[in-house]
Amino acid sequence: MRLEPKPAPSLAMSILYPVVAIVVTFIIAGVLVMLADANPFSVFRLVLKGAAGSQFAILETLTRATPLIFTGLAVAVAFRAKLWNIGAEAQLYMGAIITVVLGTGALPLPAIILVPLVMLAALIGGALLLAGPAWLKLRFGVDEVVTTLLLNFIVLLFVSMLLEGVLKDPMALGWPQSPKIIAEAQLPRVITGKRLHYGFVIAVALAIGLWFVMKKTVLGYEMRAVGHNAEAARFLGMPVNGVLMKTALLSGGIAALGGFSEVAGLKGSLTLDLSPGFGYTGIVVAMLAMLNPIGVVFSAIFVAGIFVGAAAMSRTAGVPSYIADVMVATSLLTMVTAIMLSRYRVKWK
Amino acid sequence: MDAQSSPPPALRLSDITKRFGSLTANDAISFELGQGEVIALLGENGAGKTTLMNILFGHYVADEGSVEVFGKPLPPGDPKAALAAGVGMVHQHFTLADNMSVIDNIALGTQPLLRLKLDRSAARAKIDRLAQDFGLAVKADALVADLSVGERQRVEILKALYRDARVLILDEPTAVLTPTETEALFKTLKLLVAKGLSVIFISHKLNEVMMASDRVLVLRAGKLSGERRTAETNRHELAALMVGHEVTPPVVAKVERGALLYELKGVSTARRAHGTALKDIELALHGGEITGVAGVSGNGQAALAGLLAGMEAPVSGTVWIKDAAVTAWSPLAALNAGIARVPEDRHRQGAIADMSVSENVIAERYRDRRFSRAGLVDWTAARAFAQSIIDDYEVKCPSPEARIRLLSGGNMQKLILGRALDPNPSVILANQPSRGLDVGAVAYVHSRLLEARSRGAAVLLISEDLEELLALSDRIVVISAGRLSKPSARGELSISQIGAMMAGHEAA
Amino acid sequence: MMDAVEILFTASFWVAAIRIASPLIFATLGELICERAGVLNLGIEGIMTAGAFAGWFTVYMGGDLWTGVLVAALVGMAFGLLHSFLTVPLGLSQHVVGIGVTLLATSLTYYVYRLALPEVTSPPKIEPFQPWPVPGLSKLPVVGEALFTQTPLTYLAFVLVIVVAWGLYRTPLGLAVRAVGENPGAVEAQGISVTAVRMGAVMAGSALMAIGGAFLTMSAFNSFFFNMINGRGWVCIALVVFGSWRPGKALLGAILFAAFDAYQIRLQQLSGGVVPYQVFLMLPYALSILALIVVARRATYPKALMVPYQKGER
Repeated sequence: MRLEPKPAPSLAMSILYPVVAIVVTFIIAGVLVMLADANPFSVFRLVLKGAAGSQFAILETLTRATPLIFTGLAVAVAFRAKLWNIGAEAQLYMGAIITVVLGTGALPLPAIILVPLVMLAALIGGALLLAGPAWLKLRFGVDEVVTTLLLNFIVLLFVSMLLEGVLKDPMALGWPQSPKIIAEAQLPRVITGKRLHYGFVIAVALAIGLWFVMKKTVLGYEMRAVGHNAEAARFLGMPVNGVLMKTALLSGGIAALGGFSEVAGLKGSLTLDLSPGFGYTGIVVAMLAMLNPIGVVFSAIFVAGIFVGAAAMSRTAGVPSYIADVMVATSLLTMVTAIMLSRYRVKWK
Repeated sequence: MDAQSSPPPALRLSDITKRFGSLTANDAISFELGQGEVIALLGENGAGKTTLMNILFGHYVADEGSVEVFGKPLPPGDPKAALAAGVGMVHQHFTLADNMSVIDNIALGTQPLLRLKLDRSAARAKIDRLAQDFGLAVKADALVADLSVGERQRVEILKALYRDARVLILDEPTAVLTPTETEALFKTLKLLVAKGLSVIFISHKLNEVMMASDRVLVLRAGKLSGERRTAETNRHELAALMVGHEVTPPVVAKVERGALLYELKGVSTARRAHGTALKDIELALHGGEITGVAGVSGNGQAALAGLLAGMEAPVSGTVWIKDAAVTAWSPLAALNAGIARVPEDRHRQGAIADMSVSENVIAERYRDRRFSRAGLVDWTAARAFAQSIIDDYEVKCPSPEARIRLLSGGNMQKLILGRALDPNPSVILANQPSRGLDVGAVAYVHSRLLEARSRGAAVLLISEDLEELLALSDRIVVISAGRLSKPSARGELSISQIGAMMAGHEAA
Repeated sequence: MMDAVEILFTASFWVAAIRIASPLIFATLGELICERAGVLNLGIEGIMTAGAFAGWFTVYMGGDLWTGVLVAALVGMAFGLLHSFLTVPLGLSQHVVGIGVTLLATSLTYYVYRLALPEVTSPPKIEPFQPWPVPGLSKLPVVGEALFTQTPLTYLAFVLVIVVAWGLYRTPLGLAVRAVGENPGAVEAQGISVTAVRMGAVMAGSALMAIGGAFLTMSAFNSFFFNMINGRGWVCIALVVFGSWRPGKALLGAILFAAFDAYQIRLQQLSGGVVPYQVFLMLPYALSILALIVVARRATYPKALMVPYQKGER
């Protein structure tokens, strides 16, 4: 079989293919649900109800989508320039660490100053964390995939060390946990008494900002050029290494904001299970959005809905909630296949 | 002779048609190759020669038509069947694995894959015998990475002979050879034919075709435009068949030699993995002058082009642009110094295929106030610029928003040329500017280069096409093993003298 | 208390090092085969997880140990088929597909685990492979205990290094695999299908990765638990680079790495809690990154690694 490029996919086709990908994902998940002796249709209805069936469910989904928007944007930005940042998980934790270090009373400042300050510090921390692998790639040619992956483990151990050492909350019993951040460092809730916080608003604003950066600015133009063809970009006089380093700083910083948002907006403290793999799921979110920043918001909500809905479904239907992880992983593979098929025609022989 | 009893032709192609999208690469092509015959398949780049041979060898499947080998139909799309039927192919870009030895490359795929041990000694014995019989000396245990281009080609031919090929197809076999190596190759071909093989070789060089073939088939725009016995034709007739009309060389007006604009003094470059480094070269480019660089590919042209383009820095010697020594080495520095670059490989360096025409035309200039302010790209200006190039250069393209990937080679080259020449550069690097273009586009590119020359620009033209060089260049230098010859003025050297210099001999 | 240097001369230390090296040897060989054929397989982490579960679960359900190994290998092959179908004939990004396969294999494993054992709180145990001292050899001084009192799976790992090395350099198939990672056009021009060789290599390699995972549940430990691969797959990718894509050097790298890992565990006990234990746990990952930096400059990647191939394209 061979692939031949199609001229330009029509709008209808470029919508149809992703839809088919999602349908295929649900079919595969349906088969797995049947293995659990459950009816796929009622299970999916329960997932939908759990994700969007009530005001509580919707707010819960949006809350869960918030860190995914950050990591999804971080991945989308990096992948656009073909910088393979698989370390959003570590960068997110770095943001969380910095938020806790600065937000637990070390800086007695009013909220209006403290929140932006902590945010900026988290951003810088995450940026620097990815700058390392990016530098190794540019200076020595070390593949950033492996270094960013390995850093995920190193940073998680570092968090564990902090939580059992200097950042240990003396009041907490048993579980390693940091002290709570002070009220001035917290992000306010969008609706009082509900869990949805301003981290979501920041995430959406960031997505719009990044869309603008990619479309309209010199940096966005350079990033796309480098991602499409780094050799040509270099020949044409673009500062390829500089662009990749800027991309790394941006991507790492954005992922770290996700950690800031989780601590300052939702959890209040740092724990070892702050992220159930937000960094890795961010890759799926970015790919589902075809690396479009605005699309990331919607794909993050979709993915979060599956997780939130599956958790709710699992409590009543007895299907393991891991079905959500399976669906998310499957959707990644079906989506990249669908994108390819919308651009190329497969010819058998 | 009675048709019934005559032996079947070595090859018979009947009505081969192959389309890629809207392009018809081969249009109902039929011909026969007699046993013991040498056919030259002549045509311009893009005429469909390589596609046709790829169909023959099974890399591609024809949309219509059939192939017979010694009277038996050949199943389509199966290189293995082609090999089994006795068809061997020497590809233009060698199909050798650099990380393996000559023996391993030749033996690859000749023994049952699931055998527990490769029989290297049997392979070695057969290779030695073939090398002896056909005068193809190779070091059987050498790593292919360490071989010269000529040696690699011998390995390719041995690969085919090892499989007892009776029909040999050579795709542009002389493109990478020096004139001396080319002669040796043609001797080998004679020997092969004497031993009963039949040969097709592909070329776009008229003199070679006249020298080495029994019969010439001419392809033009995917169609067979003519067939001649070599003994009964001449270069002019073939050239006309190839391009469809009498070839008229470009009119070169006389231009006063201008000021010295670019100079290399004793420049050497660092060793490189592929190709040759420059060794202590001298070169002076004057305004109003086209300097042509002749040479066999891989003799330092890439380093020379890299130097002008700012992709490479010298390790010794100095470079002068006008009257200032150059200290900063980057493509951007070259651009800012007024050097325009037309790269050898449009797809790899010249354009970003998946970006739009507007995005591509501003790629060298997007920092200028004309195209961006305060970090924001002015897309309206970019589109207007793209449109102006499209209009000025008669680029066939749906809109400035079209992805450049969808354009033909000639149109892509026009855009690159338009982008490069827009700021009225004082020095122009044109590296293989007409490679792979159709006649119309080639003429267009030539006229634009001559126009820049009339305007007073200095042009460095690097080309493998001697005829192009002779037609355009005011002076010619020959590059060989990283060294440059002294320049000689238009008409001073004959083709054979240049050929000798390309092979590394000093000018007589 | 034992001295930090003395540890290196104890047999128990080397026994542990070889045991820790075993799963890495399997998986590194697996990744090496894939990459030699030109395919980066980032599915390794997930495939090891799936293999660990599949092997253990087979035995838990009453199968014998070698059946468990076989089932693990088959599961690995299945994921290898998925990976290679998407990356070879369809030519999708090997980075993205690899991560996708890891996510899928991991989540599918956890789903099936929860489905099969919904009630368990502590992971159930099986009877794992037992050490099998090689008669005679295990009595050799110094190396005898370290090398020859291991479980049969460890012996298999070492045998496989020789098999893979022989296979890649001495058999017609091995030539095809090495050539397809260097210049696929060379393979196609000799009448061999690039797609078939690449897909076959990825499937075989994935089977080895899965056996590497199964080693953990069936030989090193006796039960399956979440996150048990814990980055070993990524370490193996670093080991392939470190070993310059050669089985012998990769074996050396795996043993060096494992010795270091075993050493840090012992140093941890020695340090008596002055240095946080997490620092010791970080060292193997940090060492992997360091190894990559050291070899990066002179690494000669298979030239066609991560380059998709289309028929007739040269």
